[in-house]
Formats: sequence, structure tokens, C-alpha cells
Amino acid sequence: MLDKSLRGKVAIVGVADTEVGVLPGRTPMEMGVEAALAAIADAGLEKGDIDGLVTCNAMAQPMMYHAEATAEYLQIFPRYCIAAGAGGGTTFSIIHHAASAIATGMADVVVVAMADAMRSGLTRDQAMMVQASTGHPEFEQPYGPTVPAYYALIAQAHMAEFGTTQEQFAAIAVACRAHAARNPAAQMRDLISVEDVLESRMIADPLHLLDCSLVSDGGAAIVLTSAERAADMKHAPIYLLGAGEGHSHEHISAARNLTTSAAKEAGQRVFEMSGMRPADMDFAQLYDCFTPTVLVELEDLGFCEKGEGGAFVESGALMPGGSLPVNTHGGLLSHSHPGNPGSMFALTESVFQLRGDAGARQVVGSKNALVHAQGGIMSSHTALVLGTEAS
Amino acid sequence: MITETPEKVLPQPSVLTEPYWEACRQGDLTMQRCEGCMAYQFYPRTICSHCGGQGLAWSKVSGRGRIKSFTIVRRGISRAYEAPYVLVLIDLEEGPCMMSSLVECDPDSVVVGALVCVAFQSWSSDIEMPVFKLV
Repeated sequence: MLDKSLRGKVAIVGVADTEVGVLPGRTPMEMGVEAALAAIADAGLEKGDIDGLVTCNAMAQPMMYHAEATAEYLQIFPRYCIAAGAGGGTTFSIIHHAASAIATGMADVVVVAMADAMRSGLTRDQAMMVQASTGHPEFEQPYGPTVPAYYALIAQAHMAEFGTTQEQFAAIAVACRAHAARNPAAQMRDLISVEDVLESRMIADPLHLLDCSLVSDGGAAIVLTSAERAADMKHAPIYLLGAGEGHSHEHISAARNLTTSAAKEAGQRVFEMSGMRPADMDFAQLYDCFTPTVLVELEDLGFCEKGEGGAFVESGALMPGGSLPVNTHGGLLSHSHPGNPGSMFALTESVFQLRGDAGARQVVGSKNALVHAQGGIMSSHTALVLGTEAS
Repeated sequence: MITETPEKVLPQPSVLTEPYWEACRQGDLTMQRCEGCMAYQFYPRTICSHCGGQGLAWSKVSGRGRIKSFTIVRRGISRAYEAPYVLVLIDLEEGPCMMSSLVECDPDSVVVGALVCVAFQSWSSDIEMPVFKLV
């Protein structure tokens, strides 16, 4: 069992983000290629060293053969090449697929590069429609669900079952903004209060505008290789210590449970593989397309008991200097949300933090972190544990 | 590229789902029921998702249920959907959950657990849309 485990066998050795925010005129392909080349340079490698490429199709520039087109643009000729698509969960899901490819000899150095232009490459209505198409075309979409509405259904159920409040959801947006204020790269950096969130326009009850993530342009990339090869690279390697997925439904009307998600299984699996516990995590990056997702994820991943997410958030734990800083770059709520690549920034941020290179927002002395993302409507969950020591 | 249309998203019945929409035209809400394990399921499928059986029959349901969750959509998905409107998940008495609209209600009075019953709205010459009202 242990010798089959990916634990500690693969490391992230290069990372790069593009500028994020409102970037008119920049195509997803251009941003993805920029990020890929910058991540390769960060690793101290040349593009000729890359024999694996993973991308993600862009909503603003969809392609039949996205990864192949990216390889062609770069003029690299990989032996492992795939465009992955699992919604918001794509980033972390593909990391363990790529790690498996490295561990089994199917590739030596894999670049994962993703970018999209949700803000400038689509009209506002197009961006809404393309995302809402996650709904069942015959039995959900006709009723007019918006993406915030899908998540509002989860929030409302959590409020009814556990007495969770709008103020508690708002505290998550406040914490993410407090982190973003320390990150010069973040799209939104002005501090906000719980009152600011509650006074922002209601989008779908109980979600206010500031409970909703941004719509952004941007991209990021990472370079993965074996722990052996990582040992003498430019930066200290950041190891993949655990990976776990959980899948429960696609359509929200078919969810097993609105208030307990498959993040629970993802968490059990990632902690089992890493041999760690939630208390061992120095920070966490949790998928925050809307504030209630973070609250449910904190519970399901084991950072607090089911139903106690509201109190946990209100304690200030997620804030800079808190017991579990969450979304230290600002998250999808305040750093950026360019669609499916959104969690790439949670990944690159985790590497910056674990290298000790996170500047004013550094979680001092951090050695282990959990990253989590979900796709669909709390449908498919992937969690990873990253750390500075392979064993 | 998806372009916005000023019309609502109309269901496109398939061979499998046409009986559901035909029943709606008659003012009945129906669900597939497994002749083997007697479980109801929604949305329609070619197999029973409980026992794997293939003997599925359309069965009229009560149309009564409870609000499992809801939201008041303040910004509509398109101009065809006039906000605010109430989106609901309904737990039907027979077991299945379905998404729908709650109509003819004060949006601010809606609560989780409220009892509801089905009603039908004419959306086109072919589509009678099942929606719900508070009881």
C-alpha cells in the first residue's frame, strides 16, 4: 500500500501567475503561455525540458484540442498532453493525475498551465449563461437558476438547519479581503467590514454582492517533477503529500445532502494519505466562489464540527494571524476568479507561502497546507496536502 | 459561443421524457417508478438508479411536498426572467427532489419546510411548466 502511495514522490518546482483583474485584449492562450514560460523559468528550466503539458479549456476561447494547441504555440513536443475539465475542481484534480504520470514514468517534467478571460472575453450575460449551464437543461435551467442562486440554496439550507447567519457568511468575505489587502497582486484590496457585505446589493438571498467571487482575467502555471529531480532545482521543492477526491452529484437537485458535501470524503482521503490531521495545517486555501462554500468546507474537511462553521468563522480564525489563515492571497472573493483556472492561484500562493516568499502576507514558519477546490455546485471535490518535507 | 435569447429556456422533451411533459399538459405531475423495487426517481432515466432495474413506469404523484431550500433571485438569468423570482428545491411526498419555481407568493415570507403543491403554467403551445404554490 505505502509503496504505491504518491506521498512525497512529486514536488512543485516552479510557479508563476500572470497579472489578474481586468485585462482587455489579452487572450486566454496568450496568458496561459506567458504563465507557462514564467513557471518554467522560475524552475530554472528550459521549455525543451518539458515533456508533459496539462491545460484547461477556456470559456472565452474554447478549443477542440486545447492542450495540443498550447503545445504547438509553445513549440514543445510532449509525451503527455491533455486538457482537463472538472470545473473549479480542475486544478487540484489534475495535480494528482500529473503526479501519477511522473511517478509511473509517463512524463518527467509536467507543466500545468491554465488561463481564461471571463471578464473581458465574454459579455456579462454570456459569462452568466455559460456558468449557469451547469444546471440540468430540461429540469433545472428552465426555472432560471443563476450561479449565485445555486449556492444560495446551500446557504439557505445551512441557515435553516444550523442557525448560521448572514453575518457569519460575511465574515468569510471580510477575512479574504484582509488577506488580499496584503497582496499587491490581488484584484480587490480595500478592506471591508461585515456591514459592508450586508449592505451590498442582494443577488440571491442570502448572498450579497460581496458574498460572490470576482469575475476576472488571468492565468497561472506550475512545474511538477519527481522528488529526486526536484532536489537540485533552483527553489526548495514543495512536496505533494496527499490527495483525495469526493464526488456526490452534478445537479444540485440530485445532491445527497445540501449541507454536507463530498469534501468530507476528499478530506478523509487526503488526511489518510498524508498521515496528517487538520490541526497540522498551517493555513488552508478553500474554494470560495461564494462565502457559504468556505463555511461548509471548513466543517466537511474537519477544521470544525458540522454546524459549527459559523462560530469558527466568527472567531477570526481565518484572518491574517488567525489559527487557520484561509485564502492567504485573497481567494476567488478578492484575489481573482478567471473561471476554471481560479484555484491555480491558490496553488501558486501556497507554494509562495511554503517557500517563505509571500512578503507582507507570509504565514510565518508555515510547513504544511491544505488546498481544496470544488466543481459543479459543491459536486466534485479535490483536496491536496502540500509540505516542505517529503517525509 | 452562447448568445443571449430574450425567451425563457424551454425544455426540449426527448423520447424518454415526453410522457412527463404529456402528463403536465394534462395537469398531472408524474415520476418514473421502478416496477421491481417500487422506488420513485427524478429526473427520468433508462434504469432505476436505486436497484438497476429496467422496468420503469410513469406514475402520478400527489404534487405535494415541502420546501427543501429556496432563494429569491434578485438578478435574473436573462431578461426573460423577471426578478425577483423564487427558486425552490422541493422534496416531494413520494421522495424525489426537484427544482422549481414558487409562484404567487410574497418572496420574503418563504421559509424552509413550508408545505407546497404543484400548479402548471403555460409557457408555450407544448409546455405546461410544473411550478409550486404555498398551501
